[in-house]
Amino acid sequence: MNRTRMTLGMLALSALLALAACSKKEETPAASPSADQGGAMAPAATPIDPATVATINGTVKFGGTAPKPSKIDMSQDPGCKGMNEAENVVVNGGDLANVFVYVKDGLGARTFDVPTTPVVLEQQGCRYHPHILGVMAGQTVQIKNSDPTTHNIHPTPKDNREWNESQPPSSPAIEKNFAREEIMLPVKCNQHPWMKMYINVVKNPFYAVTDKDGKYEIKGLPPGDYTIAFVQEKLGEQDQKVTVGPKDTKTIDQSFKPAAD
Amino acid sequence: MNEEQDAAHPASSSVRCESTTHAVVQTLPDPGSTALRAIEIPYNRGLHRLAVVLACWTFLLIIAGALVTSNDAGLSVPDWPTSFGSWYKIPKLVGGVKFEHTHRMIAQGAGLLTILLAVWTWRVEKRRWLRVLGFAALGTVIAQGILGGLTVLYYLPPPISSAHAALAQTFFCIAVAMAMFTGRKWVEEQPRAEVDERRPTLFTLTLLSIFVLYVQLILGAMFRHHGLSWWPHVVNAVVVSFLLAWTAIRALTVYSQIEAIRRPAVLMLSLVIAQLCLGFTAFLTRVAWGRDAVQPELPMVISTVAHVAVGALLLATTVILAIQVWRHAPVAFEERLPQAHRDPSAA
Repeated sequence: MNRTRMTLGMLALSALLALAACSKKEETPAASPSADQGGAMAPAATPIDPATVATINGTVKFGGTAPKPSKIDMSQDPGCKGMNEAENVVVNGGDLANVFVYVKDGLGARTFDVPTTPVVLEQQGCRYHPHILGVMAGQTVQIKNSDPTTHNIHPTPKDNREWNESQPPSSPAIEKNFAREEIMLPVKCNQHPWMKMYINVVKNPFYAVTDKDGKYEIKGLPPGDYTIAFVQEKLGEQDQKVTVGPKDTKTIDQSFKPAAD
Repeated sequence: MNEEQDAAHPASSSVRCESTTHAVVQTLPDPGSTALRAIEIPYNRGLHRLAVVLACWTFLLIIAGALVTSNDAGLSVPDWPTSFGSWYKIPKLVGGVKFEHTHRMIAQGAGLLTILLAVWTWRVEKRRWLRVLGFAALGTVIAQGILGGLTVLYYLPPPISSAHAALAQTFFCIAVAMAMFTGRKWVEEQPRAEVDERRPTLFTLTLLSIFVLYVQLILGAMFRHHGLSWWPHVVNAVVVSFLLAWTAIRALTVYSQIEAIRRPAVLMLSLVIAQLCLGFTAFLTRVAWGRDAVQPELPMVISTVAHVAVGALLLATTVILAIQVWRHAPVAFEERLPQAHRDPSAA
C-alpha cells in the first residue's frame, strides 16, 4: 500500500516537472523573428505619392521646475562602471527628451512595409541605449551587450508575448520582434534593477523620439487629418489634431506639466 | 482517537500520564482486553537538533526569499530548475543573481535537511503522526520548490508568487512544530490539562488568530507581487492586531501559570507590536517614499525583509501557542462527544 502511494507520488511529481519543462519550451521565444510576425504574410503596402508627402516637426517642452535626476548606485556589480542617472524625466533647459511622438490616428486602412533593417538596442555602461525606442510591429529588434557583465532582457508587455533571456558579455546579439502595437512596453534587466527602457511598437512608420533638445521630426506623411500622440513614460500621453496638405511642413509643439502626486 | 493521538494529547481522553526521567509512559485502555499497554516516547537529541537546524535554516531561507523580492531579482536567473543552463555551476554572484542564486542554494540545503529529517523520523520515531508529519514536511518542501520554479517559468504571476510566499511560511511552521514535538520538554513534560470553560475558548481564539494571520500573509504577498493594492493588507492588520492581542491577553490572564502557554503568548504579543512598527516603516519606505524609486533602496529592502521575517516568526509562534493550548488547556471533554453520547444514561 505504502509502495503504491510512493509510486503514485513519484508519478505525480514527474508529471509536474514534465509540465514545467514543457511550459518552459513553449515560453522560450525563437531566436529569430517568426514568419507570422514578419512582413512575409503582411498585405502589400498602400502606395504613397512621394511628391505630396508632408513633414511634421516641433519641440516638446517641460513646463515647471525640472525634477533633479536620481543618482543610481551601481556598486552591486563591478562590471557596471561610470556615472548613472535615472532617465525617467530628462529635461535640458526646459526641453523634454525621450518623448515618443507618433501618428495615432488618421491613416485609416493604409498598410506599410515592415523595414528589413533591424533597430538596435545596446546595453552599455549598464544602461539601455536608447532609453526610448520606436519600432514597427514585426520589425526586428537587435539587442547587443557591450558590457563586461551578464544582462537579462525582460520585456513585460500587456499585448505582446513576455520573455526573459540572459545575455553574457561578448555573446551574439539577440534578435526579437513584437507582433502587436503597444506603446511604452517596459523592458528591464532583473540583474540590474535600475536598467529600464521602453519599446514603442506601432503599425506605421510615422514616429520619432525627442532628442536631448526636445526636438522631433516625422517625414513622409501623406496629406490628411491626423491625431499626433506625445507619450512620456512618467507624464503620460497628450494628443494634438493636425491637418497637413501636400508638401506641408508643420511645426507642432507640445508641453508637459509635472506629474501630479 | 488512536494511541498516537492520545500520546500527543493525553488530556483528551481517560489517559493517565506518568513522567519518567527520559520518557513518558502513557497508560491506555486496551479496547481488546482489560490489560494496559504502554508506549515509550524516548527523547532523541540528534533528531531534535536536526529539526531545530531545519527550522533555523528555513528562517534563513525566508529571509533570502524576501531579499529576492525586495531587490526585484526574481527573474535574474531566467531558467529553472537549472541556473543559466547548469545544474551545479555557481554563476558569478553579482547584481540580482547574488540574491536569486543564493536563495536557490539555501533552498537546496533546506530540501536536503528535510529529506534527512523525514527519513530519520520515520526510522526512529514511535509516534506515527510525527512520522507522517516528517513526510508531510517533505511533500511541502517539494511543492514549494515546484512553485518557485513555476514562478520563474511564468514570469512571477502574482497568484503563484504569493502561493510560494505563503507555503514558505507554512513549511516554516511545520519545521518549528517538529522541533517542538521532538524536544525534550514536549516528550518529558506532563501536560497541566486545565480545562478551558470560557467562551470563545482560548483554542478557538488561537485558531482564529492563525486564520487571520494567513489571510494577512496572502494579502501582503499579493501586494508585494503586484497582484493587489496595499490597503487590504493594512485594513486586515487592524483585525490581526485586535485578535492576536485578545488571544495573548486571554492566555496571559487565565493561563499565566503554565509556562508552555505563557511564553509563546508573551512572544506573540511582542512580535505583534514589532510587526506593526515594521509594517508602518515598510509602508513609508515602499509606498509613501519609494513609489518612484529608480532602484530598490536599502531602507525599503531592510524594512520589507524584516517585516516578512517577523511575520514568519509571528505565524510560527501563534501555531506553537495553538498547539500548547490544545495540549495544556483543552476544551471540556463532554463538548467533543456526539449529542447521543451526552445523555447522562449513556455516561
